[in-house]
Amino acid sequence: MTTPLVEMKNISIAFGGVQAVDNVSISLNAGEVVGLLGHNGAGKSTLIKMLSGAYKMDSGEIYIEGNKATIQSPRDARDYNIETIYQTLALADNLDAASNLFLGRELTTPLGFVDDDRMEAETRKIMARLNPNFKKLKEPVSALSGGQRQSVAIARAVYFNAKILIMDEPTAALGVHETAMVAELIQELKKQGLGIFLISHDTREMMDLCDRVAVMKNGQMVGAERVEDVTEDDILSMIILGKNPKAAA
Amino acid sequence: MSDPVAPPPTQRKNLLQTLEIDTRMLGMIGAFALVCIVFNYMTDGRFLTPRNIFNLTIQTVSVAIMATGMVFVIVTRHIDLSVGAILAACSALMAMTQVRWITEVLEIGHWAIPWITIVAGITLGAVIGAVNGWLIGYQGIPAFIVTLGGFLIWRNVGWYQTGGQTIGPLDKTFMTFGGINGTLGGPVSWVLGIIAVIIAIALIFKSRTTKQKHGFPVKPMWAEASLAAIIAATILGFIAILTNYSVPERVIARDPAKYGCEVAEGCEVVYGLPISVLLLIAIAGVMTVIAKRTRFGRYIFATGGNPDAAELSGINTRMLTVKIFALMGALCAIAAVVASSRLANHSNDLGTLDELRVIAAAVIGGTALSGGIGTIYGAILGALIMQSLQSGMAMVGVDAPLQNIVVGSVLVLAVWLDIQYRKRTGAK
Repeated sequence: MTTPLVEMKNISIAFGGVQAVDNVSISLNAGEVVGLLGHNGAGKSTLIKMLSGAYKMDSGEIYIEGNKATIQSPRDARDYNIETIYQTLALADNLDAASNLFLGRELTTPLGFVDDDRMEAETRKIMARLNPNFKKLKEPVSALSGGQRQSVAIARAVYFNAKILIMDEPTAALGVHETAMVAELIQELKKQGLGIFLISHDTREMMDLCDRVAVMKNGQMVGAERVEDVTEDDILSMIILGKNPKAAA
Repeated sequence: MSDPVAPPPTQRKNLLQTLEIDTRMLGMIGAFALVCIVFNYMTDGRFLTPRNIFNLTIQTVSVAIMATGMVFVIVTRHIDLSVGAILAACSALMAMTQVRWITEVLEIGHWAIPWITIVAGITLGAVIGAVNGWLIGYQGIPAFIVTLGGFLIWRNVGWYQTGGQTIGPLDKTFMTFGGINGTLGGPVSWVLGIIAVIIAIALIFKSRTTKQKHGFPVKPMWAEASLAAIIAATILGFIAILTNYSVPERVIARDPAKYGCEVAEGCEVVYGLPISVLLLIAIAGVMTVIAKRTRFGRYIFATGGNPDAAELSGINTRMLTVKIFALMGALCAIAAVVASSRLANHSNDLGTLDELRVIAAAVIGGTALSGGIGTIYGAILGALIMQSLQSGMAMVGVDAPLQNIVVGSVLVLAVWLDIQYRKRTGAK
C-alpha cells in the first residue's frame, strides 16, 4: 500500500466546553477526492480548518506524505502545498482579483516592490483557463458576481501548484453552468494527481464527484466508504442516524 | 466551448473616464477651490495672496504629516486618539534634549545637536506607537481604549519632562524645519520644481510603457499628455506663488548679511519653498509608495477589507498592527519637529486637539472608517481643506465659537457626501 498524501490521526479540538471534533482520523491519497458530509455543526469545516492552519488542534497528528507535519498557521499549511477554498471565499473585497489571487505571496520586482503588472498578466492567464468570461480585472472583487468571486478563490488555490486542495462548499453560491465548470475542474485536478477534500451538503453531487465519502456527526467520524460500495440512502442514514449501516451489518 | 471571437473593447464613455481621473479626488479639489474662492471674495483678495498661501501651507504641514499615518490606522479599522499627545511627548523630549541635556556635553550650536535630537524624538514616537500597537494587536484591547488612555498619558509624560515650562529657544538648524525660518529661496525652489515635473512626466510614461509591454489597454496619447500638462502646471504654479512672497524689509533688517545684502533697503529676497513643505511632499511620496507598491501596504489594505481573509492568507495581522502604530508614532514625532520649530519653542499645549484635526483630515480625504479604503493624497487634501476653513474664517473675522461649529458641520457633511457618492457609484 502506498503512503497516503495526508493522514490525520486522532484529531480533537474543543471550543469552550464544546467538543467540536472528537478523536477523528481520516486519510487522503494522491489523485483522490474525499467528500466530507454531515449536518451543520457536525465538525466538517472545523476538521479541515485544522489542516489548513486556521485552527490549532488540541491533540492528534497530521502526516503529509508519511512525514509528521506541524501546522500552526495558514502559512505553514501553504508551505506543505495545502490550498483551501473557504466557504466564505476569504477575499478582500476592496482589492482587485490579482491582489486577492496573490495575497500573502505577491510577485515582486527586483527592488522588492509589488509587481502589479506581472500579477495582472498572470491573473489574466489563469482566468482565461478557468473562466473565459472573466473580464473585470481592475475592479475590486466586491463588484463581481458570486460566480466570478468564486473563480477568483478557485484560481488562488490552483495557481500555486497545490498538492492538497480543500474545497469547503465550492458550489454553494453557483449557478448550474458554473457548478458544472467546478465539477470539470475537480476531475482535471484529480488527473494531475492532486488530493482533494470536498465539503458539501449535496449528497447526489458528492456521489458523482468523490471516490470516497466520509460522514461526520456531532464531531465524530461515523464512517468513510468508497462511493461504489454504498447507496445514497446508506449515506443519508449515516448522516441522520450517525450509524454506519455496513459496520452494523 | 468558449467564444473564439474577442468581445469588443469596452467603450470609453466620457472625458473623465478617458483621463482615468478619480472623480472623488476631483470633487475634493473642487471643494477646496470653492473654499478658496469664497474666502478670497470675502477678504477682498487677501486670501489668495502669495503670503497667505505660504502661511496656509506651513500651517497645514504638521497635521498633514500625521494624517498620512492616520490613513493606515483607519484603513485597518483602528483609530488613534493619542497622536496629539504623542506629538507633545516627542516635542518635549526633543526640546529638553537640545536645550538642556545635550548642551551639558556639546556646545550650544554644535552641528550634531539637531540630528541627535530628531533621532531621539522619532525613536520615542516609534516606541510609543509600537507599544500601542502591541496592546491592540497582541493583547486585543480596542484601539479606541488604548489610544484614549494614551491621550491622557503622553501629553502628561511631556509635562513631566519639562516640568510644565515652555522650553526654548530651539536650535537654529532644528528650526529650519518649521517653515518661515527655513525656506529654499527662488533658484533652488525652481530647480526642485522642474525636477518634480520631470519625475512626474517620466513616471506617467514609464507606467504607460510597462502596460503596453504586458498588452494592457492604455489611455490615448493626448490623455496622457494633458494629464502630464495639468500636473506640470500645478507644480510650477505652486512654485511661482511661493517664490512671489518676498521677505519683508523689516525681517531683512534684523540680519541683512543672512540674505546676502549689506543693508535692508532695496534688498529683494523671496522665501520660496519651505523645507517643511518639502518634508511633507517627501513623506507623502514615501507613504504613497508604501501604500501602493509594497507588501506592507498591500497587507494594510487587505486587512482593512477583510481581516479574516488576510489572516487566512498567512498575513501576520498582529505584527502588522504593531508596525502601523509604530509608523504612526514616528510620524507624530516628525510632526512634532515641524510644529515646535514653527513656534520656535516647545510648550505644554503643543498639538492640543490635533488628534481630531488629523482624524477629520483623513476622513474628509475619503478614508472610510469601515476600513479598506483611503488615500494619502486625499488625507493631505483633507488637511488643507480643514486649515483653509480655519484660517479663512479667522481672516474674515468669524467668531471663535462659530468657527468650530462650521468645522464640525463640514466634517459631518463631508462624510455624508462621501456615503452618498459611494452609494451612487456602487462602490463600498
